[in-house]
Amino acid sequence: MKQKSSEPANLPIVCDADTLRSLIRKKAVRVIDVRKAEDYQAGHIPTAVSLPLARLLSDDKPETVVCLLEEFGIAEKMPVVIYDDTFGALAARVAWTFQYVGHSNTALLETTFKQWKELGLETETKPRTYPKTKHPLMVRQEMYADAAYVEAAQSDQGKLIVDSRERLNFLTEHIPTARNIPYTMLGVDGNILRKAEDLKRMIENRGISPESEIITYCGSVGTLSGLAYYALKLAGYNNVKLYPKSFKEWKSLGKPKDEFKEATYWDLSAE
Amino acid sequence: MRKSKVATVPQKKDYTPKPVSKWGKEDETEVFANRVKLYRQGKLSDDEFRRFRLQNGAYGSRLHAGYSMIRIKIPGGEITPEQIEKIASLSEAFSIGSAHVSTRQNIQLHWVQLEDVSEVMRGLVEVGMTSREACGNTVRNVMCSHFAGVCPDEAFDSTPYSKAIARFFLRNPMCQNLPRKFKLNFACCDKHGLVRVADIGLVPMIKEVNGKQTRGFRIYLGGGLGAASFTGHQLEDFTPEDQLLSTCMATVRLFDRHGNRENMARNRMRYLVHETGWEKFQKMVLKERVVVGMTTSNATARTYDVQAEEDTRQLPNAKMIKLPMASVTKDSPAYERWLHANAVPQKQEGYFTVFITLGAGDITASQLRVLASAIRDFSAEGTARNTPQQNFAIRYVRASDLRAFFDRLATAGLANPGALSIASAVGCSGTTSCNLAITNSHRLAKEVQRKFLELGLDTDDSLKNSTIKISGCPNSCGQHEIATVGFFGGASRIGTAMSPTYTMLFGGSIGENGELGKAVTRVPAKRVIAALLKIIELYKTEKTADSFDQWIAKIVRGQATGSIKNVEDVKNAISSTIQLPSQEEDPDAYQDYGSDVKFTAKTARGECAA
Repeated sequence: MKQKSSEPANLPIVCDADTLRSLIRKKAVRVIDVRKAEDYQAGHIPTAVSLPLARLLSDDKPETVVCLLEEFGIAEKMPVVIYDDTFGALAARVAWTFQYVGHSNTALLETTFKQWKELGLETETKPRTYPKTKHPLMVRQEMYADAAYVEAAQSDQGKLIVDSRERLNFLTEHIPTARNIPYTMLGVDGNILRKAEDLKRMIENRGISPESEIITYCGSVGTLSGLAYYALKLAGYNNVKLYPKSFKEWKSLGKPKDEFKEATYWDLSAE
Repeated sequence: MRKSKVATVPQKKDYTPKPVSKWGKEDETEVFANRVKLYRQGKLSDDEFRRFRLQNGAYGSRLHAGYSMIRIKIPGGEITPEQIEKIASLSEAFSIGSAHVSTRQNIQLHWVQLEDVSEVMRGLVEVGMTSREACGNTVRNVMCSHFAGVCPDEAFDSTPYSKAIARFFLRNPMCQNLPRKFKLNFACCDKHGLVRVADIGLVPMIKEVNGKQTRGFRIYLGGGLGAASFTGHQLEDFTPEDQLLSTCMATVRLFDRHGNRENMARNRMRYLVHETGWEKFQKMVLKERVVVGMTTSNATARTYDVQAEEDTRQLPNAKMIKLPMASVTKDSPAYERWLHANAVPQKQEGYFTVFITLGAGDITASQLRVLASAIRDFSAEGTARNTPQQNFAIRYVRASDLRAFFDRLATAGLANPGALSIASAVGCSGTTSCNLAITNSHRLAKEVQRKFLELGLDTDDSLKNSTIKISGCPNSCGQHEIATVGFFGGASRIGTAMSPTYTMLFGGSIGENGELGKAVTRVPAKRVIAALLKIIELYKTEKTADSFDQWIAKIVRGQATGSIKNVEDVKNAISSTIQLPSQEEDPDAYQDYGSDVKFTAKTARGECAA
C-alpha cells in the first residue's frame, strides 16, 4: 500500500492478513473483535479490542456508536479492521454501523479468526484498552433503509431489493419483489468474500446493472445482509443500502409477504 | 461390546490417486450464462431456451421457472473425493445445502437459481464433472453396476466400457437431437444392474470364439420404465467387445431415424421396438450394425477408447479377519447391526464394499465432506460409486478397517444401518421439486425408512432381498416397477375429499431375469406404512416362503400355499388397514406428507422430453 508515512492508510473493503499484520506492527490500526467476550478473552488478534455484536445491537443509535468509537480511541481517519468467527457476517454488521455513523476508513478482515489461527498467525490473550479520543458524528443516510423506504422501492424500477438468506428460507417467505442472493454464495475457501471479479460476474449473471440502487436485508438484525452489502460494494455496485431491521421488523409490521407453497422443498433437506 | 483388535488408524496409501476423468468444458459455462441473459432479455423463446437448458443438464423446478435442478452426471457411477467436496461447496453456495443421489447415478442439486446455473457448471468443470446431456433428448448418464470390478460373479469389469461409451456419445453430433432420451445401463453379472429396463442394457460375458476366450456382452434392447414399461429383448447370444460400439451406434441411429417425434408420450425407443415388433427390430439392428461397421471412420472409432478408461493401478492385498457378521437384532451393537446390511465382501479377499445409508438419497454438504475424507482414508481405490438405491458404495475397504470406518462415518450421522435391506426405501424427488409429481414420494420414502429402522426390520434376513421403491407419479423415476413392493403417486376422491394416493405394485425385480411389478390396489398416502407393515405381518403369519420377496412373487402368480394365495386375498386382508376415516374425523389423513394444507393434485409440464 503506497502512502505518505504520516497519513493513515486508506483501507479497501476487505483487508488481507498481511496488510493487517503490518498495520499492527506500525500501531496504525484499531482491530475490533466482534465475537463473544469469552472468546475474546481466550485469544484474539494482537491489539484488538472487544466489541461483541450483542453490545453494539443493544443500542445502535448513531450517538451511542460514536461513543463506542471514542471509547476505543478511534480518531476520525484511523484505519479500523473488524473480524469475527461467523464467516464475516457479524463483522460486516459492525463495519456497516461504523461507516454509517461516519467512520469510513473501516474494513473487514479477509478471514475469520479460526482461519487466522489455522494460518498460524499470532494471537494474544491480553485485553486491550486505549485512551479515549474524539470522533465526529456524520450520519451517512444514503447507506440506510427503513421499512417505508423498502416499501417504496418495491414499485421503483431503478431499485432492487435483495434477500440474503438461504434459499429455502427465501422460498418460504420474502418481501415481495425481492431477489435472492444467499449469503452462502458470497464467500469461498477461507475468504469471507470471493474475489471482486467473481462476485461481479455472479451479480451480472442476474442481469443487475451497476447503476441500480440495491437494498439488502436478511432475517433479523442485518448481519447476513451486511455481508451482502459489502459483497455488492466489492463487486463495484456503489449505490447499496442496508435495511438493518430486516424481515423480522417487516413481518412484525404486518407488511405483505410472498410465499411459495407449491412444493414441499423442505423435505429435500437432509438436515 | 465386542472390541476390535485392529488399529483405528487406517494403513497408509501405497499408490497414486486415480487420474481425474475430464467430462466438463469451461466454454460451455460461459455460453450458458450468456444464453440465460439473452433469454431474460426476451431474445430467446421459451422453447428454444428450454431445449438448450435441458441439453446442459438444468431441469425446471416445480411450478417455479426461475429455479433449476442441476443433474450432475456421474458416468459409470464413479466419483472422487475432490468431486464430492466440490458438490458439497456448490450445494451450500447455490442450492439448499444438501445434494440428492438419483436412481440413475446422477447427483442432483435442487432449487438453484437459473442465473447461478453457469456458476455451478463452472465449479463442476474445475473437478472434471459435467451436467451436459444429463437431461433432454440425449444419451443420458451411462450407468454401471456399483459392483463392477469387485463382483464375485462378473466375467470382467465393465466399468471402462461404460465410461468409454459415455465419452463416445457425450457431445457426439449423432445424438444431440434424438426423438427422446436414451439410456444405457451396464451390469456386472446377471443379478446386479438394471439391464432389462434400459434402452440398451449390457451384461459382460466371456465366450470361446475360435478357440480364444473373448470378451463380450449379452445386450438387451428396448426396455424402460415409465407410464408404460417394457423389459428389453436380448439381441443375440453374444456380442463380442469389438462390436460393442457398432451395436450401440446402430441402435441409436435406428432410434434417431425411426423414433416417434410427434407423440411425446410414446417416443421412447421401447415404443418403437414394441410397435415395430421385436424380430423385425432385431433384424434392423443387425443390418444397421453392418452398415455402421463399414462406414465408421477410423477417427470416429478412435474416440471410443476402452483402454484409456481402464484403472491400471495395482491395489495392495488385504487380509481377511473374522467379523461379527452373523445374525443380529435391533438390540445388537450398532456396529454389528451396521455390518449386517451395509458391508458386502468383494471378490478381492479381505476387501469389502460398504454402503452409506441415506434417506431417499439426500446428503448434507458437511456429510459429503466427511464422506470424502473417509474415502481418502479408507478406500484403497480412493473413489466411490453412487448407486441406483440412492446411496454411495465405498469399495476396497479392508476388513481390518471396517470398525474404524464405521466410527468415522458415525461422526457425521452416516453410519445408519440397513442400506441393503428393505428399510432403505427409494423415493424420487416428488413434489419437493418435480413438475410432474402428484405426491411427496420423497418424504414418504424417508418415513418408511425411519419406521422400518425403528422396528429393526433391517435385521430381518427374510426381508433382506426385498425392496420398496416409490415414485410421485406414474413416470417411474422412483423405479417402482422393479421393487418387491412399489408405489406410484396419484390422487383419488375418497368420499367427498381428495386424497394423495399410491398405486401399490407387487413382484418387481432387477437383474437379467428382472420382472416388472403388477398393480395390486390403491393405498392412501397416510396408510402406506401401515399397509406395508400389515403385508409383512401376513407373510410372517403365513410362513409359506423362505423370504418375503419369494412370497410376494408367489402371491403375484396366485401360487402361495397358505390361507393368503393371491393378490385378491392380500387386498381383502389389508382392506380395513387402508381405510380412511372421514375427512371431518381426521383431516390429517387427507393431507400429503410435508404439507399442512388440503391436498390438490397440481402439476405442470414435465421436462423429461425437451
